[in-house]
Amino acid sequence: MIITEVAAQATPAMQVTPADWPGGYWWHWLFFSVVLIVFMLGMVMGAIYIERRGMGKMQWRRGPNRTGPFGVLQPVADALKVLIKENIVPGVADKVVHWLAPVIAFVPVAMIFAVIPFQNGALLADLNVGILYIVAISSIATVGVFMAGWGSSNKYSLLGAMRNVAAVVSYEIPLVLAIIGVVMFAGSLSMNQIVAEQEIPYILVQPMGFLLFFTAACAEINRSPFDLTEADSELTAGFHTEYSGMKFALFYLVEYAEAIAMSAIITTLFLSGWKGPWLPPWLWFIIKVLIVFFVMVWTRTTLPRVRIDQLMALAWKFLFPLALINLFITAIEIIVWPDASQWIFVIINIAIAAVLVLLWSKRFKTGWGRIEV
Amino acid sequence: MTTRELTIKTEPFMLNMGPLHPSTHGVYRMRVTLDGEVVLDIEPIFGYLHRGIEKLMEERTYTGCIPLTDRLDYASAMNNNFAYCVAVEKLAGIKVPERAEYIRVITAELIRIANHCLAVGAMLNDAGALGTPFFYLWRQREKIYDLMEMLCGQRVLHNYTRIGGVSQDIPAEFLPALKKFIPQLHSFINEFEIFLKQNEILIARAKDVGILPKDLAINCGISGPVARASGIKRDLRKDDPYSIYDRFEFDIPTGENGDCYDRYRVRMEEMKQSLRIIEQAVKQVPEGQFKADLPHLIRPPAGDAYGYVEGPKGELGFYIVSDNSIAPYRCHIRSTSFINLTALRQMVRGWKVADLIVIFGSIDITMGEVDR
Repeated sequence: MIITEVAAQATPAMQVTPADWPGGYWWHWLFFSVVLIVFMLGMVMGAIYIERRGMGKMQWRRGPNRTGPFGVLQPVADALKVLIKENIVPGVADKVVHWLAPVIAFVPVAMIFAVIPFQNGALLADLNVGILYIVAISSIATVGVFMAGWGSSNKYSLLGAMRNVAAVVSYEIPLVLAIIGVVMFAGSLSMNQIVAEQEIPYILVQPMGFLLFFTAACAEINRSPFDLTEADSELTAGFHTEYSGMKFALFYLVEYAEAIAMSAIITTLFLSGWKGPWLPPWLWFIIKVLIVFFVMVWTRTTLPRVRIDQLMALAWKFLFPLALINLFITAIEIIVWPDASQWIFVIINIAIAAVLVLLWSKRFKTGWGRIEV
Repeated sequence: MTTRELTIKTEPFMLNMGPLHPSTHGVYRMRVTLDGEVVLDIEPIFGYLHRGIEKLMEERTYTGCIPLTDRLDYASAMNNNFAYCVAVEKLAGIKVPERAEYIRVITAELIRIANHCLAVGAMLNDAGALGTPFFYLWRQREKIYDLMEMLCGQRVLHNYTRIGGVSQDIPAEFLPALKKFIPQLHSFINEFEIFLKQNEILIARAKDVGILPKDLAINCGISGPVARASGIKRDLRKDDPYSIYDRFEFDIPTGENGDCYDRYRVRMEEMKQSLRIIEQAVKQVPEGQFKADLPHLIRPPAGDAYGYVEGPKGELGFYIVSDNSIAPYRCHIRSTSFINLTALRQMVRGWKVADLIVIFGSIDITMGEVDR
């Protein structure tokens, strides 16, 4: 598929609503705004439950099991608890920044969901630059995190916030480069179009892209083993050390909403989104999101945390060159064999990815260790 | 044409780590000087858990001091009891019955395993492994504590050893339960090694991190697994066998580099060696008295004695001075954790904050013993 052709075919319209959609434009916005908020909060609750129970099972303990059947009401109980807790602001904190930080961290994460398709055409805004919009929006959350770290006037918070900024700035690059591979195959930046183009899930066509994206996404949203921003054994709670009550709950919500958003993006880009046999498309979408999230929980329970210089080394020495090579190979494949079956690329790309990752991990050295003081 | 210097000027800042911090293993406090993430210097501050145990011991009878020794290193209470009783027995010249010696060795080695479970788990937790290895090891520790409960009714602070023996004989079901537990623990340790021995991130975080050179370790008087990881082949059980340790076959695992990874490795190997000792001891437990016939209040002759054991954290000694009364005139505790901490400053300088936590965790201290 040649990119120029697709660009010509792409519709300039904002959304792909069915013709018999009642009420038209405003109905669409209202309906999907409500659906998105319900989806986000519901998924976050589910995510918290899966994480706590899943971690419990993996760690040979039970996890929460007292509230409701199998402890399913634990997130509700947690939410109620933080709602009625006292809101403490440190005396020397920058009050405005401290108050504004959770809001600024939360809003962009909520906005990511606007362009994620639940089934064909079922999304708030089918932007023709959907994935670009996500990349642009998702970085704003970092500002909120840094404001939290700076405004708390606490050294632990500041260290955590600095780590977060360093991580996001570095990992944005392999993240975007991994996305470009997918965009080149799909020939579109629209999230809905990317799903529609996937006859084979792109995880097979772009295996390296998937690995790079997953790693970079974990680092970007501070999931373990890259959770240096919070690093509870080092920085007590990192950037939200000084937060309590509902403001803390917002950061907690952001953490899981980001994880769900990243899972949804991975599902859309690499796991063919809502596509799947037998079940309704939206159910497929949710199942895939939860599977991706489960993998994140899995890595969290399995791996120790990396150090900040190792984190940087991984981004610049490992992911960045591999992302460039992956981009180069993908570009050649698309230009030289525009009409070839994607199944050929599946075999070639998996082989290339395996060889490259193996070779690179042999030569790769993390960090620089001790500094003379 | 002039060129401008583009150097970023940074200023070091002070960070108070502890006494309330998730990874300071109690109430240790470090005043850390940081340059960004790099640790320039640390200043240790002790004393938040000081209970004056050495002074309290002067007010109690010799037997009454035993519960106090539990409170020193609460992660390995049995070894503290053991060391104290060895010192008093040396002072008073008491002969301990065979059966009691065997029981003491078995329990001491079991608690050594429990302590190493805690030490390794806590260190991995500090390295950011979010509880998984910690809980795996904790479960084994719980099983050991179940055995202890069967033995003396106490799980953590055992207060089991008495001067001249132990407080009560082992129950009939203890040895069969122990025999059943040994192969379980063996297979667990092997499984655990598969999980973590070659873990890339653990190696990146712990290998060559926080190196303690051999000469520094000797100069600081460091003992136990920390010293052995630096290549010092010293173990009181072999070098100066107390109790009945000369009857058992076991090796002294040592490391080469003296880094955090070696300390972790040495502890895992020591758990295997302790199991070997228990296996041999369980087969040989003789019948007989579990406690020497002694009066309730003993009055050791005036003089002094230094009793020591190889505790899980290193050489643990009690120096007791007697004035022929029912209470020690003076008791000094050579607490391992305190002495092992002395090299921390040299070990962490130049490393990152994250390494500071791991290095600190790899020393394995208990604040109860540091502050006394």
